[in-house]
Amino acid sequence: MAERAEPVLPVRTGWPLLAVLRRMAAMPLRDPFAFTGLLIYVLFVLVALFADQLAPTDPLEILFTKAGKLAANVPPSLDFPLGTTNLGRDIYAQLVHGTRSALAVGLSAAIIVAIVGTVVGLVAGYFGGMVDAVLMRIADMALSLPFLPFVIVLTGFLGASTSNIVLAVALLLWPNSARVIRSQVLTLRERAYVEAARVTGASSWRILFVHIAPNILPLSFVYAAIAIGWAIITEASVSFLGFGDSESVSWGYMLQDAFSSQALSRGQYAWFVPPGVCIILVVVAGFFISRGYEEVFMPRLRGR
Amino acid sequence: MILEIDGLKIHYSTRAGAVRAVDGASFAVPEGRIVGLVGESGCGKTTAVRAIMGVLAENGRRAGGRVVFKGQAIDEATTRKLLWREIAYVPQSAMSSLDPVYTVGAQLVEVLTKRGNASRSAARARAAELFDLVGLSESRLADYPHQFSGGMRQRAAIAMALALKPSLLLADEPVTALDVIVQRQILDMLRTLQQRLKLSMVLVTHDISVVAYLCDDVVVMYAGQVIESGPVREVLARPRHPYTMGLRNAFPDLMSDALELVPIGGSPPDLSDPPPGCRFAPRCPFVLAACTTSAALIADGGKQAHASACLRDDEAHSLRKAAMDPATWQRSSNFAMS
Amino acid sequence: MAALVELRDVVKHFPVGRSLGEVVRGEHPAVRALDGVSFDVGPGDAVAIVGESGCGKTTLGRLMLKLVEPTAGSIAFDGTPLAGLAGADLRHFRRQAQLVFQNPFDALNPRFTIYRAVAEPLLNAGIDRAEHMDRVASAFRRVHLPDLDRYLDKYPHQLSGGQLQRVVLARALVLAPRFLVADEPVSMLDVSVRAGILALMREVRDTMGLSAVYISHDLALVRYLCERTLVMYLGCIVEDGPTDEIVRRPRHPYTQALVAAVPVPDADQSRAPLPISGNVPDAREPPSGCRFRDRCPRAMARCAAETPLLRPIGDGHRVACHLDLA
Repeated sequence: MAERAEPVLPVRTGWPLLAVLRRMAAMPLRDPFAFTGLLIYVLFVLVALFADQLAPTDPLEILFTKAGKLAANVPPSLDFPLGTTNLGRDIYAQLVHGTRSALAVGLSAAIIVAIVGTVVGLVAGYFGGMVDAVLMRIADMALSLPFLPFVIVLTGFLGASTSNIVLAVALLLWPNSARVIRSQVLTLRERAYVEAARVTGASSWRILFVHIAPNILPLSFVYAAIAIGWAIITEASVSFLGFGDSESVSWGYMLQDAFSSQALSRGQYAWFVPPGVCIILVVVAGFFISRGYEEVFMPRLRGR
Repeated sequence: MILEIDGLKIHYSTRAGAVRAVDGASFAVPEGRIVGLVGESGCGKTTAVRAIMGVLAENGRRAGGRVVFKGQAIDEATTRKLLWREIAYVPQSAMSSLDPVYTVGAQLVEVLTKRGNASRSAARARAAELFDLVGLSESRLADYPHQFSGGMRQRAAIAMALALKPSLLLADEPVTALDVIVQRQILDMLRTLQQRLKLSMVLVTHDISVVAYLCDDVVVMYAGQVIESGPVREVLARPRHPYTMGLRNAFPDLMSDALELVPIGGSPPDLSDPPPGCRFAPRCPFVLAACTTSAALIADGGKQAHASACLRDDEAHSLRKAAMDPATWQRSSNFAMS
Repeated sequence: MAALVELRDVVKHFPVGRSLGEVVRGEHPAVRALDGVSFDVGPGDAVAIVGESGCGKTTLGRLMLKLVEPTAGSIAFDGTPLAGLAGADLRHFRRQAQLVFQNPFDALNPRFTIYRAVAEPLLNAGIDRAEHMDRVASAFRRVHLPDLDRYLDKYPHQLSGGQLQRVVLARALVLAPRFLVADEPVSMLDVSVRAGILALMREVRDTMGLSAVYISHDLALVRYLCERTLVMYLGCIVEDGPTDEIVRRPRHPYTQALVAAVPVPDADQSRAPLPISGNVPDAREPPSGCRFRDRCPRAMARCAAETPLLRPIGDGHRVACHLDLA
């Protein structure tokens, strides 16, 4: 029998959390849909990061032609790849800079939803009793609120800024993931190896962290990916309805602007189609990724 | 013989290659008798029965051998027609295979009308008759499965199997999940049914005590092959295959004076790559060199009275004596590594 | 000699959801899993608790390890009551009392390697990492899995049932406990493997001087491991005595039916009808007085009116029955 100089916990016996995280990071490599989704995200992130280089024009700057007239509704050309709005603003610049706003909204909402939903689900599911009852009643209240009207009302109270929209979306989306994670925790809590951990003296926090959390992490990612799409659409809807942040340019703002300038009836497709397509792409990408994590979580969903 | 299995081979295709779950099994079921098909997990007994019924998993297929029912060779296509009508099957999870959203009576009536072409009123009358047959009160026809205890659900599953008056009943571990008193009641009921309806039965189980209690004949399987078969009394009192001898030692007997349970060292072979020759050879205390190269299979479709697939069959008497001594098994090279 | 584990009048009721009618009537229906159980486990004893499903034996095992709290009554370990144990005292108790599970495949976290699983109790008890390897190695030796390197890096799904159960036992022994509760430890294993695990448990008990409680529904198996057997029915102990006596000369009518119902590997065994009728009653509303009376072939009027208490009828043998069974 080989002698070990000192007790080595070989890398593979390390914290199961690391193994799970590694597996989740590798998931898109196996699933073509999720890979596409990831590519789309990466593309948009790059656009957002290099927005200033890709579109040096200020999206809100009113532009004038060389002749001194307002450069309104200019059709797509080399100077203005997507043309201009009826107030002379560069549509292409708006699209590119709008990416930042979209991603900021999507990712921050996703992170908040993932963290809050997971923590609440873990705590409510494992500790049960009063804690569970209180948390789930709060979740029920949040779920009973109508989505868009609540967002509008909240931004009305707190001010129409992007961060308030993110807050409103997160407040409404966390219960979904919390409830599903909670029911998963309820199942895991009864497993024999969790009982074994209790018998061998593990503290509740240790059990939560080491035994239960790694098994529900894929679920958190599923809901986070869904939240990105929801948040972006909500922001777009709110902006479209005119309640959005008028200081920053977002795709929803572009759609609202196009609508009120009757771009549809005038046939100015270059104005309203691109932002719509971008919204669709980001939401679909989020869906593909969440579908991929669903299969990590429930391998039986994978096709044979 | 109502059922004859001759050299049956069932292979499962998996990512790791073909698993030869049943590899040349032969046995026969005499008409009107209860045959126990006994073996440990992975020996192929459930697979064999499912193959007879044509309800194998998608990646399983028959790779050889014949199944003859009432003189006619049957394959997966013909079995489907026979399902429920001539041959009935009570699967392993029968207790939980009852649909929870319908009453038990409704499920029985459905079998009778859909598969048996009976009218609804005739079906309802027959359902009451069937419940009476299995010892359930007729008033429980209107109950849902969750209102039944485990034993009652098993009775209901057997009633469903008998609905269309089959001549052969295949039951896979029908009493394993039940408490011992309920188990005894179900076994008694099966015996009564068999006598009243002149049924032939195949009872799949891992418990040789159950086989001793209920069955007339026994077929012992190991690693996908039949290694011994014969009348229960004979096989238990005078086993001829070392595996059966070892099994006998490993089985607790409530009434015996012995205070030793002797394990069989080692574990069953990997069926995706079984060893050549006798599959029990790695664990057998009586192994010879010849055993690892050539196997002895039971021939003649198992028609001999008491057959054993062992090269040293003619020494069975002395081997049996040695098998009763725990030291024989402890000396076996793979002891204690199960 | 003082008992290691003492149970006195332990009661455990599990409340069930109430219908509107029951709420209105002020009723609190509950599953009465245990109703007044008292017995001792001495140091070095091996006691079997047998009974059918619903008799409360699993709940009893969990109570003895403080995985569940009793509704009433007291449980004491080494003189210290379990109620109110917390913090360092609770951790100290946990080191001394361990559990062996029924399903080896579920008792180990599928994401942990074998080494990590067996070392976990050491981590929980705060034992210095430098000692882990030695302790794990000696636990593995005890369960006859000597080639450590073969197993340490493997995951549970790579091992057989018998090997896994040995690992579960190793994990239970790594802190050198004084008391072991085994809940149906072999019922999920193949027959040819069971004998090996049972022999191992017997050996471990002898070499480590453990006290053990062995919970099973299989009367035929407990004979090989335990000198003393408790027979339970619907939350009460009905008979408590030397295993050999229980099997050969059962006194309580339920024990008699239970023993008669066990099949043996003998083609000529008795097939006489069992001396018992009906089915197990609902645990929410057990019969008054003696719980077995509605199935007992020898029930008397007294049985409905008065609950029989466990009374001694011989050497270390107690029965809860109104009949004269000495």
